[in-house]
Order: sequence, then structure tokens, then C-alpha cells
Amino acid sequence: MSDTTHGGAIATSEPPRSPDDGLSPAELAAKYGLTVSGARPSLTEYVRQLWARRHFILAFSRAKLHAQYSQAKLGQVWQVLTPLLNAAVYYFIFGLLLGGRGGMENDEYIPFLVTGVFVFTFTQTSVMSGVRSISGNLGLVRALHFPRASLPVSFSLQQLQQLLFSMIVLVVILVGLGHYPGPLWLLVVPALLLQFLFNTGLAMIMARLGSKTPDLAQLMPFVLRTWMYASGVMFPLAYMLEKANAPGWLAGVLEANPAAVYMELMRYALIDGPHHQSLDGYVWLLAAGWALVIGIGGFVYFWKAEERYGRG
Amino acid sequence: MAVAEKSAAAASAHKDEGAAEAAPVERRPTVIADDLHIVYRVNGGGRGRGSATAALSRILRRKAPAGMREVHAVKGVSFTAYRGEAIGLIGSNGSGKSTLLRAIAGLLPAERGRVYTDGQPSLLGVNAALMNDLTGERNVILGGLAMGMSRAQILERYQDIVDFSGINDKGDFISLPMRTYSSGMAARLRFSIAAAKDHDVLMIDEALATGDKKFQRRSEARIRELRQEAGTVFLVSHNNKSIRDTCDRVLWLESGELRMDGPTEEVMKAYEEFTRK
Repeated sequence: MSDTTHGGAIATSEPPRSPDDGLSPAELAAKYGLTVSGARPSLTEYVRQLWARRHFILAFSRAKLHAQYSQAKLGQVWQVLTPLLNAAVYYFIFGLLLGGRGGMENDEYIPFLVTGVFVFTFTQTSVMSGVRSISGNLGLVRALHFPRASLPVSFSLQQLQQLLFSMIVLVVILVGLGHYPGPLWLLVVPALLLQFLFNTGLAMIMARLGSKTPDLAQLMPFVLRTWMYASGVMFPLAYMLEKANAPGWLAGVLEANPAAVYMELMRYALIDGPHHQSLDGYVWLLAAGWALVIGIGGFVYFWKAEERYGRG
Repeated sequence: MAVAEKSAAAASAHKDEGAAEAAPVERRPTVIADDLHIVYRVNGGGRGRGSATAALSRILRRKAPAGMREVHAVKGVSFTAYRGEAIGLIGSNGSGKSTLLRAIAGLLPAERGRVYTDGQPSLLGVNAALMNDLTGERNVILGGLAMGMSRAQILERYQDIVDFSGINDKGDFISLPMRTYSSGMAARLRFSIAAAKDHDVLMIDEALATGDKKFQRRSEARIRELRQEAGTVFLVSHNNKSIRDTCDRVLWLESGELRMDGPTEEVMKAYEEFTRK
């Protein structure tokens, strides 16, 4: 039987003698237990589906990471070389030319700078790839079924793996400048986990915004650069703010911003120098708070539009 | 189980045995489309990816009162598909066939109306998940995972996929990046990966059977196998012969509207009449 109602050209395929004849499509669907295609699953069901796709998420992130440099002659060496060159450029500009180091000696400033650059880059690239994670993969979204959050999560995971490569460079620099591994280094693990959670949440927020407004990919670099300078990646925030006679509340806001918080944790854990001797307890609270609020909030925000991501 | 619907079984049986076996005692609907509307929203022009010129042209273009264009691709289509049916979708280019398939699969959100499905319909195709810079080997695994297969399932079928694709017939090509493949080889590997999974409701978009004659025959046979395992099959094609060979019911779409829905021969005749004009 056919439910079409368009003009007289419609032919019915079989004689309509079924007990289901009088039913509306919705009633028919209900009778046979059919579900709405492409409907958004409940939040718990969504988490379950996402967990079921964990192998895909991991494989996809590793594939992306690998594909990045696969055409280069040096190949995967660039995974380490890129962050190293990045750090060298920033050292040249901020360490030698501009001198915003706030009284730190080279053996303290270089790790300070490199840690800052790597930690901030981790968040920065997660945000950028998050913006494009849906709008740049519409082909995938329109061809296959999977919880769409797999994409931003996968891209954040790719950035985490990229950061682990950068950490190799960082460890070499640290040891080379006389900062030897100690028990404090273990704090890197929770710090990175919290930052990863925060980044993933932020990437999911950006993914939803970017799927509606692809222009964000053009705008975000400027926002991110402002964020970078406002977080004290290349100079100690407190020192610069003092120099600029900034009001106290501004210093408070900037120091509580997540990028500054995660950098401070990492620097405290890794660097052994006169400027990195103590850490206020509230920094851990802030780090955990940002991770939970943005991580969970971003996930829920992304899930709310799950059924709409295929639309261009 | 209720009363046997002889006519339904007969309708699906007169084409091929696969459908006849699957034709159930009771006519169980598997896909119900209820007044389905799909609208694409298109931003004017291409999407710049951060290059300076693209960004500049965007800004310049913004000055004109440009904006979103809407394309109403599917306009109020309703039908009910039953278990065991093989349904062909025909219509001229841009009539909304592929869009309709994607909407049934739940990949494109409906503007209005609904699609109800039994289980998860899937499109046969995995192209979008594969990466040219990766080896064929890694693409098999990535593609399988993207389709929702487990690691164990993929490893179990890995050798079959590679053998079926015939990639390794002329040496060890599976361990080379896919960008080094000829277009035929890449298409064969893509099909082999896509065809490795079983589906409840299977949707096949035209021109899947690519490659040389030998591979075409192999892939057509594989599609027939998949059809027998699947509950309901949708096939989009411009090849009237393959529609006649495989389908027992045909939906004819024209500019987003369902023009005709009925037994293959009836609809095909009207369609051929229409296209001859």
C-alpha cells in the first residue's frame, strides 16, 4: 500500500487489504516499534554511544595526526620539530628583542616560555580544530552515522597527542637547563587531564557555533591571539600588569582565566627556579572548576543540537 | 504472526529469490516517511579556509545584501517501505534522490515531517572517512570503525576486504598510502570496505560498481548478497536496467516531489515515456 497523496498519477502497488490501512503514519510507526530517524538520543544514551565509538575516536585522531606530516620528507620528525621551532621564534622575539622576562634568568625564562607556548598552543589548536570539526567534515557527517561529538573529541585528542610530542622537547630543554625530574613533575598528569577536559568542552562549544557560522574559523585567530597575550604566555602576567599600572581587578580576572591557570600549574610542576617556588591552592580549584564547567557544559551544549549537524 | 499477505509476497517475489525469502508472513513496515521536507541552506559562494584572498572576498561580498539561499530539495514525500522490498529511486539529476536517502538514514535533518525507521538504516559508502595520506591498511581499519564495526569484526574480515578489493593482486599495495593508488584501485578499496558490513536497511547510491569488468561483476554479486541479508533495500540509479533487475517497487521523484510510486514495470514505463520527451 502506498501513502502518497500527490495527484492521480500514483499507482498503488498492492490491493489495500491490510489491517493497518486506517492508521496514520505515526500510528503505524508506533504499532511496529519504528523510531524517528535521526532523532536526538537521551543524554545518557548519547554518552553510551560515544563510549561505544571510542576506538573510532582514537583511530581517527591518530590518523589525522599521522596524515599531517606524511607528505614531508622528514615525516613524523616534524611532530617534534614544529613545537621546537615555535619556541625558538618566541624566545628570539620575547626573550632577546623585547625583554619581557620580569627578572628571570635564561635558565628559568626559557622553560617558562616554552611551557607557556606549548600549554597555550594545546588550547589554541583545540579551539581552532573544534571550530572546523563539523563544518569541515560535512562529508563525513552526511555519509555515516556516529555521535557527532566524536569529531570535536577526536580533534582534541589529536591535539593532546601533539602536545605529548612537544613534551619530549620540553623535557630535553628542562634537563638541559638543569631542571631535573622530581616528584612535583607528577602533577603534570592531573594538570594535563584537567586542561584536556577543558579543551574538549571548549572545542564542542566551538564546533556547534562553527557548524552554524563557519565564519568563526576566520575570526577565531584574532580572538585567540588576544587571549594569548592576555594570559602571560611569554611574560609573567603580574610583572607586566604592575608595569602597566593595571587595576587590581583586571589582574585578578586575567590570572583566573583558564589559559593562565593551566600554564601556572604546569610551570609550577616543572620549573625549579626562584619565581616558581609556590602555588596558591585556589589555582587547583580554578583548574578543576574550569574543566568541569566547560567540559560538561560544552558537552551538553553540543548534544542539544545533535540532530541538526548534517545541515549545511 | 498474523495472516499472510499473499499479494505482498508475490509483489516482491516476482523479481528475485532473495526478496522472496525475506518476504515475511506479515507486512512489517521498516521505513515510513511522513510528509517529509528537506531544505538545504547554502551560504553564498565557497567557503574560505583562512587564506587571505578568501577572507577578503568574503568581506567584500558581505557588502552586498547577500546571505543565505534555501534549496527545497525534497517536498512533502510520504511512503511506507516494508521488509523484504527492494525499492528503486529514479528521477532526473537533482530531483532529490540522494537527499531523500540521506534523510531516511537520519543524516540530514528534516525541515518538516518525519521519517520512522526500524533499526538504523545505513548508506553504503565510506569514502568520507578515508584519508588519502594513510596506507590502505590503516584505511580499512579506519573505515570499518567509522561504519561502527568493532575492532574484532574488522580484524576478522580484514583479509576478505583486501582480497575482495584485489589491491594486492599486483604486489603489496595495501601498505602504500592511498594517494598513490590509481582511481580505479581506490574506488575498489572503498567499495570493499563499505560492503564489508551487514545492514538492516541498506541504501545504495548509484555508480557504486566501479572498476574494471571483473570487479564490476564481483561487486554486483556482493550487492546481491547484501540485499539478501538486509531487510529492505533502496537503490538510487540512472541505469534503468539495474533498477529492473533488482527492484520490485519504484519511487519516481521529480524536483523533490514524489511523482509516482508503484510496481517497477508500471513506473518505469511512465518514466521512460517522460524522459523521451
